[in-house]
Amino acid sequence: MSWETVIGLETHVQLSTKTKLFSRASTSFGASPNTNVNLVDCGLPGVLPSINKEAFYKAIRFGMAIDAQINQTSIFDRKNYFYADLPKGYQITQMDLPIVLGGSIEIVSEESVKTINITRAHLEEDAGKSIHDEYDGFSAIDLNRAGTPLLEIVSEPEISSAKEAVAYMKAMHRLVTYLDVSDGNMAEGSLRCDANVSIRKKGDKELGTRTEIKNINSFKFIEKAINFEIKRQIKALENGEKVTQETRLYDSSKDETRPMRSKEFANDYRYFPEPDLLPVVISDEEMQKIKDEFPELPNEKEIRYQKQFELSAYDAQIIASSKSMADFFESTTKQTKNYSLLSNWLIGEVSAYLNKELIEINESKLNVDNLAMLINRIDDQTISGKIGKAIFEEMCINGASPDEIIESQGLKQISDDGAIEEIIDTVIKDNSAQVEAYLGGKDKLFGFFVGQVMQLTQGKANPAAVNAILKEKLKK
Amino acid sequence: MSIQFKSITELRGMLDEKLISASELTQETLKLAKKYQELNCFVTMNEEVAIKKASTITSDDKTSSWLEGIPLAQKDLFCTEGLRTTCSSKILADFIPPYTATAVKKLEDAGSITIGKTNMDEFAMGSSNETSFFGNVHNPWQKGYVPGGSSGGSAAAVAAGIVPAATGTDTGGSIRQPAAHCGITGLKPTYGRVSRWGMIAFASSLDQAGPLARTAEDCAILLNSMSGYDIKDTTSLNSDVPNFLTNLNQPINGIKIGIIKEFYLGELDSEVQARFEESKKTYEKLGAQFVEVSLPNISASVPTYYSIAPAECSSNLSRFDGVRFGHRAENTNDLNDLFIKSRSEGFGDEVKRRILIGTYALSAGYYDAYYKKAQQVRRLIKNDFDNVFKSVDFLMTPTSPNTAFKFGSKGTQNPVELYLEDLFTISSNLAGLPAISIPHGQVNSLPVGLQLIGNFLKEDQLLNTAHLFQKNSEFHLAQPKLEDFS
Repeated sequence: MSWETVIGLETHVQLSTKTKLFSRASTSFGASPNTNVNLVDCGLPGVLPSINKEAFYKAIRFGMAIDAQINQTSIFDRKNYFYADLPKGYQITQMDLPIVLGGSIEIVSEESVKTINITRAHLEEDAGKSIHDEYDGFSAIDLNRAGTPLLEIVSEPEISSAKEAVAYMKAMHRLVTYLDVSDGNMAEGSLRCDANVSIRKKGDKELGTRTEIKNINSFKFIEKAINFEIKRQIKALENGEKVTQETRLYDSSKDETRPMRSKEFANDYRYFPEPDLLPVVISDEEMQKIKDEFPELPNEKEIRYQKQFELSAYDAQIIASSKSMADFFESTTKQTKNYSLLSNWLIGEVSAYLNKELIEINESKLNVDNLAMLINRIDDQTISGKIGKAIFEEMCINGASPDEIIESQGLKQISDDGAIEEIIDTVIKDNSAQVEAYLGGKDKLFGFFVGQVMQLTQGKANPAAVNAILKEKLKK
Repeated sequence: MSIQFKSITELRGMLDEKLISASELTQETLKLAKKYQELNCFVTMNEEVAIKKASTITSDDKTSSWLEGIPLAQKDLFCTEGLRTTCSSKILADFIPPYTATAVKKLEDAGSITIGKTNMDEFAMGSSNETSFFGNVHNPWQKGYVPGGSSGGSAAAVAAGIVPAATGTDTGGSIRQPAAHCGITGLKPTYGRVSRWGMIAFASSLDQAGPLARTAEDCAILLNSMSGYDIKDTTSLNSDVPNFLTNLNQPINGIKIGIIKEFYLGELDSEVQARFEESKKTYEKLGAQFVEVSLPNISASVPTYYSIAPAECSSNLSRFDGVRFGHRAENTNDLNDLFIKSRSEGFGDEVKRRILIGTYALSAGYYDAYYKKAQQVRRLIKNDFDNVFKSVDFLMTPTSPNTAFKFGSKGTQNPVELYLEDLFTISSNLAGLPAISIPHGQVNSLPVGLQLIGNFLKEDQLLNTAHLFQKNSEFHLAQPKLEDFS
C-alpha cells in the first residue's frame, strides 16, 4: 500500500528581548538557577503582569516578513493547568486574537521547493524548568526561563516529509535570526518545535489521526523523530491497528518516540481572557517605525557584498544565507583586506566544519580575531594555505590563536630563497636517478621533487618559491 | 486624653497642637486594639515596627501630610513587606511577603503608621467575615452579630474607634456592606483608580481597594494618597487625580438622584425603608431632586457576578499549590497528590465552593453558556448605567437589604441566601463605578447604610455629596458602647 505523510509544525521561537514578556527580569541564558526571577516570575500573591513592548515589535517584524496580517490590538488569555514549574497555575497566551495571522514561508529541500502557509503566530510566556534527576527524592524547579517571551508559529498541515520539515525549520531559523527576532540557538532551546504527524492512503482527502511529538530541538532530531513516527504509524495501520491521538516524546538515545504520561498534560485548559491585562494596542506610528527599522534581508546583503567586497554572486549568496555567517564575515572584513580569500575560507573549510558538526558559526570555537589572523598569515605568506588548514583544525578544537599555534609548532613558512635552495640541492643530490629521468623528458617527475622538498620542510616551504627555484635548478 | 472614636481630622489637630505625640498616639492605638481583642478585628499586629516608625515622627515636624503619624489598619489581603499576610486563610497562615502593595505603600509614604492587619473573609469571599480561618469578627454594636464582609475586621476596628480609618477591598460590596453594618463610611472607588499591585487577587476585573473611615472627609484624605496610575498595574487608570479633600463643601442644589425601579425597595423591611425615606428628605433639603430610573438588566447582577467572580478566582487561586509558598501538605506521593492535599487542607469551604463553581463556568462546553454569557450581560448592565447617568448625577439605594445578622444565621444551609446580601452593591463592581456607603441611622439598635453610586471617576462628587449629608446629620457620630468586649 502507498501512504502519504501530512505534517504541521508548531514552532516555538524565543524572542531575543533583554527582559521577560510580563516582567523586568533578565532573559539571559545560563544564569544560576532562580536568579533571573522577580516577584512576577515566581507568581507571588498580589503581583500583576506588565507589558514588554519589545516582544510585540519583534513578533510584528516576523509577521511583516512573512507577509501576514498583523493584529494591532493584542488580547491575552489564560491557559490554566497545574504544574510545578508553572508558577501562576496558568500561562498567559493568545487564543482568539493572535498578533500574527496568515502569511507564508518558502522552503527548499532536496525533494522540493514549495511555499508553506502559516496559520498564525501568537505571543506567550514560557514556563520554568523541572529537574527530576539531580536531587535524590526531590524535583528541583528553575524559574529562570519562566516568563520568557515566545512566539508560537503554527504552520498549515502542508509539509509532506521529514526532510521538508527540516527544510521548514531551517528556513524558519534563517528568517528569525535574520530579523533579529531570536538568537535561534537550538541547543539553548531558543528554537524548538512540536510536530503533528499523520499518514493517510495516497489520494485520500481526509486526514488521518495525528500524533504530536513534543519539544524537538535539533534539525537532526526533527528528521529522525518524524521518520520514526511515520514508520510506526504505517506499521500500526498495516497491522490493522489504529493510531491513537496522543502526545509523544522523542527519545534521542533510543531513537524512538513514546507516549507522554497522560498526567503531564491536561485536556481542558479553561481558556479565558486575562483580566489583569488590558488589550495592548500598537499604534500606526509604531508600525511605521518597525517598517523603517526593518533589518537587511539576505537578498539585499547578497547585492551589497558583491558591490562592497567584490565577491562573486555565488560566494555572496552562500555567505548571506546565514545571519551568523554574514555577521561573522562582516566583522572579519574589519581585520583583513583579502576578502576573496576570506570568502573562500568561509565557504570551504569553515562551512565544511560547521556542517560536519551541525552547528552555527556562533556556536563554534571560532572567533573573528582568530580567523582574520589566519587569513592575514596566509595572505602575507607567513604560512601556506596547506599549513593554514592544519592550523584551522586546531583552532576549531581549542579556540587557540593562529599565531600561538604557528609559534609553538614552528610552522612559519620558509620563504628565504637561500634556505630553500639548500634543501633543493640536497634533494637533487639524493635523487640523481630521478633527476636523470626528468632531464631525459619525464616531466611528470617535477611533482616528485616538490613533494620531497615539502617532506623535508614539513610543508613549511613556500610553494611558489620552491617551484621557481626547482625549475631553475633542473634546467642545468 | 482619649483617642478612641476620633477621626483623622481630629487626630491631625491633636498632633499639630501637640496635645499628643505620634508615639503616644500609636501606643494608645495599640492599647485599644489589645483592650478590644475579643472583637477579633486583627489577624496580625505590627507593634514593633509601628512604635519604631512613630518614634521617628517628632512633634517639631511641620508636616503638610494629613496622614503623618496617623495609625491605620490594613486589610490582610494587602501584601506588606516583612509583615505576615494571610488573606485569613490557612494556606497563607505563615506567608510573609517580600514586598508591599502600592496602596499601602502610598499611605505609609504619606506618613501613616500601619498598626496591624485586619481579619476578613477568607480570600475576601464572603459577606459576613465568617469564612475567616482566624475566626469570626464581632460587630462592635452587638456581640455575636456579624460585622459584614469581606472587610469585616477593618470595618469593626474603625467602628470600635480603635483606628480612625482602615483599608479594605471591594469585589462585590466588601467595603460598603461591612461599613453599613458597622455604622461607618466606606468608599469603593472607580475600577482602576487605586492600583491592585500587591492586593491578593480574588476576581481581577472586579477587585478594587478603598478606604473605610468615620467620615467621608477622612475617606477623601485616604483616597488622596491611595489613588493614581501605577506602572505595575496595567489596569490602573492613567487619569488625573483631583484633590478629593479640597473639593468638599461644593453646593449640590439642583443635582439629580436616581432611585432604581428594579430594586423594589417597597418590599424591604419597613424600618429600612423608613430610614431611606428620611435620607431622601435630607438630600431634598440640600436641593437634590429625586427621579425614578430604570436599569432593565440590573436584576441579573447577582447571577452575573457569581459566574464571573468565581471563574476569575478559580484561576487566580491556582498559584496556591504548595510548591513555592504557603501551606504544603506532608506525606504526599507525587506532584498531583501534593497539589490536591495542599489545596484541600489549605482552603476553607467557601473558597473551595467558588473555585469549583468557577472551574465549572470555564470548562469546555460550559464557557459559552456561563462565563461568556455573563460577560455579555455585564456589558448590558454597564450600558444601563451609562444610559441612566445621562440624566442623573447619582443613584441612591440602601447599602444592604437588612442589618447585621447573628453568627451562623445565614447561608449555612443555602449559600445563595448570603449571596443576596450583595444585591445592591454588586452592580457597581460589574460596571466599574465608584460607590460610597454612609451610615444613616439604626434599625433595632444596629446601623444601616445608605449607598450612593456615582459615574465613572466621579469620586470627588460622591465624597462631596456624602460629606454634605454628614454635615447635616449626626448618624456618623454614633458610637457603640462596647461593654461586652472589654
